[in-house]
Amino acid sequence: MPDGQSIGVPILSADGISKSFGSVPVLFSVSMDIRAGEVHALIGENGAGKSTFMKILSGFLQPTSGHIRLDGVDTELPGNGQSEALGIVLIHQELNLAEQMTVEENIFLGREIMSRGVLDRATMRAMVRGYLDDIGLDISPEDRISDLSIAQKQMVEIVKAISRDARVLIMDEPTAVLTEAETELFFAQVRRLKARGTAIVFVSHKLAEVSAISDQVTVLRDGQWIGTHAASDVTPDTMAQMMVGRELSDFYPPMNEVDVDADRVLEVRDLVAPGVHNVSFDLRRGEILGFSGLIGAGRTAVFEAICGLIPRERGAITFDGSSAQFGSVAEARDAGVVYLTKDRKEKGLLLGQKMRPNLSLFALPKFVKGLSVDRKAEDAALERAIRRFDIRARDPNVRVGDLSGGNQQKLLLAKVMECDPRVLIIDEPTRGIDVGTKQQIYHFIAAIAAEGVSVIVVSSEMPEIIGLCHRVVVMREGEITGVVTGDHINETEIVRYAAGLKREHQQ
Amino acid sequence: MTETTMNSAKPSLLRGFDLKAAGPAIALLILCLIGFLLNPAFLSEGNITNLLTRSAFIGIIAVGATFVITAGGIDLSVGSMAAVIAGVMIIVMNSAVDTFGTGVTTVLIGCGCSIILGLGAGLVNGFLTTKGKIEAFIVTLGTMGIYRSLVTYFADGGTLSLNYDIRGVYRPVYYDSFFGLPIPVWVFIVVSIAGWFLLNRTAFGRYCTAIGSNESVAKYSAIKVDRVKTLTYVIQGLCVSLATIIYVPRLGSASSSTGVLWELEAIAAVIIGGTVLKGGYGRIGGTILGALILTTIGNILNFTDMISNYLNGTMQGLIIIVAVWLQRGDWGRNKSAD
Repeated sequence: MPDGQSIGVPILSADGISKSFGSVPVLFSVSMDIRAGEVHALIGENGAGKSTFMKILSGFLQPTSGHIRLDGVDTELPGNGQSEALGIVLIHQELNLAEQMTVEENIFLGREIMSRGVLDRATMRAMVRGYLDDIGLDISPEDRISDLSIAQKQMVEIVKAISRDARVLIMDEPTAVLTEAETELFFAQVRRLKARGTAIVFVSHKLAEVSAISDQVTVLRDGQWIGTHAASDVTPDTMAQMMVGRELSDFYPPMNEVDVDADRVLEVRDLVAPGVHNVSFDLRRGEILGFSGLIGAGRTAVFEAICGLIPRERGAITFDGSSAQFGSVAEARDAGVVYLTKDRKEKGLLLGQKMRPNLSLFALPKFVKGLSVDRKAEDAALERAIRRFDIRARDPNVRVGDLSGGNQQKLLLAKVMECDPRVLIIDEPTRGIDVGTKQQIYHFIAAIAAEGVSVIVVSSEMPEIIGLCHRVVVMREGEITGVVTGDHINETEIVRYAAGLKREHQQ
Repeated sequence: MTETTMNSAKPSLLRGFDLKAAGPAIALLILCLIGFLLNPAFLSEGNITNLLTRSAFIGIIAVGATFVITAGGIDLSVGSMAAVIAGVMIIVMNSAVDTFGTGVTTVLIGCGCSIILGLGAGLVNGFLTTKGKIEAFIVTLGTMGIYRSLVTYFADGGTLSLNYDIRGVYRPVYYDSFFGLPIPVWVFIVVSIAGWFLLNRTAFGRYCTAIGSNESVAKYSAIKVDRVKTLTYVIQGLCVSLATIIYVPRLGSASSSTGVLWELEAIAAVIIGGTVLKGGYGRIGGTILGALILTTIGNILNFTDMISNYLNGTMQGLIIIVAVWLQRGDWGRNKSAD
């Protein structure tokens, strides 16, 4: 890296930024220098003020006090995304693409190239094709956004930013929904941008990735600036400690061995469903069984098929010794098999409603007394759930959409636990939540398993699969390629199966 | 406008939410006050009873519409449905005279027929939207046209009239009172209470709200989405049939102009009452107030010469737009910022 460049004037710098919403302060004098050709990671727990800070850096919010300098000059950034004209582009976590329009239309949205008063589609298409080839993304400019995978949509957002000659690219958890392979591809692109002199601000909860890609790391905690370090000087462990402010010992709960002769609670044989080919596995009582694999390997489909959320084509499912062909989620729930979705905002919780109706919704028949819903029982259940799962809300009447991601996830876990399941299937238990809450969720899962509930953890995060599970099933392209047990559970082994380099022949 | 300024001080005590919930009630009180100031006879017992009776049709239908809308659907067919049910009821009762005479039995047969038709029509709307996976707007736009043309066809372009003798037997259902209140008002009250209980206190009501808020979440929470949605249309059909049962004895006839625009009045009552058009939040109490507000406007215009009665639609339209504008969440904040 050219030394002179990183010492020069930062493109964008925040100096003593404070922000209050009403009387509630959320940021206290935070400073950060963003330099050309540098990847600057911004880390902190949920609620540490990262999102607010990013919005201030990109002009979506104005600071209560402090200065933003662009190329060393005090600047008041224009709001509503108009900072893009200054080369500052924020890519939101919730992607900002028009779903029904094509890739090309999205990339040129609002600055279409015209020729003689009409859209010059040929030029735009050719330019988009160039960008896509550059990034190595195998989609067509004419593809509709709604037909793309989340990872591809993410890439389209980045292409959009590149096409706008972004000087500063601020990305809110870009890798949260990407698989490792996709993340690699994404990082390759980030390195290319960096080489071109783009400054990149990168928010992530995946500390290993932060280590891998960043040059600088800034840590926020409770709205305070904790420190900025060269990424080479800090390990993921020290980063986690700075974020949480305490030692993170016992990150994963101690593993209780499962009885060798524990009952087989769930047996699946030759399950075939859309995206699932001949999947067979067993689950024992009290076991935590991991499902690993790349995104799109069909893991979610397996469990949606078992729970009656998507149709099954073939296959035998035995639950507790008797055949269990659940035709609906309600049947599965009544039998004691519940599925906790990975998409807590779209499929998990009613964001516009309060905690109480959310908590009882899944297990509502249990709360019906006579003809009506027993509100006292609901209130009692909410009180219990708040205690058991340590849900922190400033008041119980808050809209669920206003809770932090971690608290939403805890509420979602409490919601499915209201059904008193015997088999709990958790898809991506810790997506987009902070280190401290992750640790709590791991301990909850272990405690649930210790009570005799069998837990299936579907996760794309290798460390949690390794740290939490007794056994790991690896899937690839709709099939199970291997099962790893005990001491053999390690990253290399799982990756080999997931990538198709190794495969077990099951019978 | 004085009222709004007075109220803007209150939210800090009652929290902004209550103001929104109380909005329709305040609006109705203001309307009544205006009515009384324009003509004291507005508050006479006779006029109040008349007003309540007239509100009953739209009110009962609107209670059903509250379920459909809360669950994220819409039913445009209710006006035509009422017309076709009224028409078929009359045909059935007229032809039952030969066998069952002109007594209560014939009227009961007519009512039974009405209920079956209402449930059936609701079921058709429900099935087409859920199993047929066609948008509710399109389905009920279609059935609206079908029902409307059917009643025209049955009446051969004219009017279907109820047998004169049966009319005598059936008449009390609209015109008689019970404990000082006309029977239609009692039906309205019973339907409202049942509707309120169903929406606010039962699991079914919770499911409607959940589906209207987010259908995926409902599906993943073990709710049988298709069944619940279909049931909302069936409830709507039942409400329409009840409204028709008390409407037929009023005129004793049905024609292609029966129930015209009732669907819009019902939807308007629901929206004025604070139910969210895109679903997820429903208020039966608000719906009832909404129905009363709409009828009161027409009633006041009848009482005064200041505004032409022909502008009834204009006034209703204005009220709807203002109601929705007031319900927008940021209104309270803008006020306090001023």
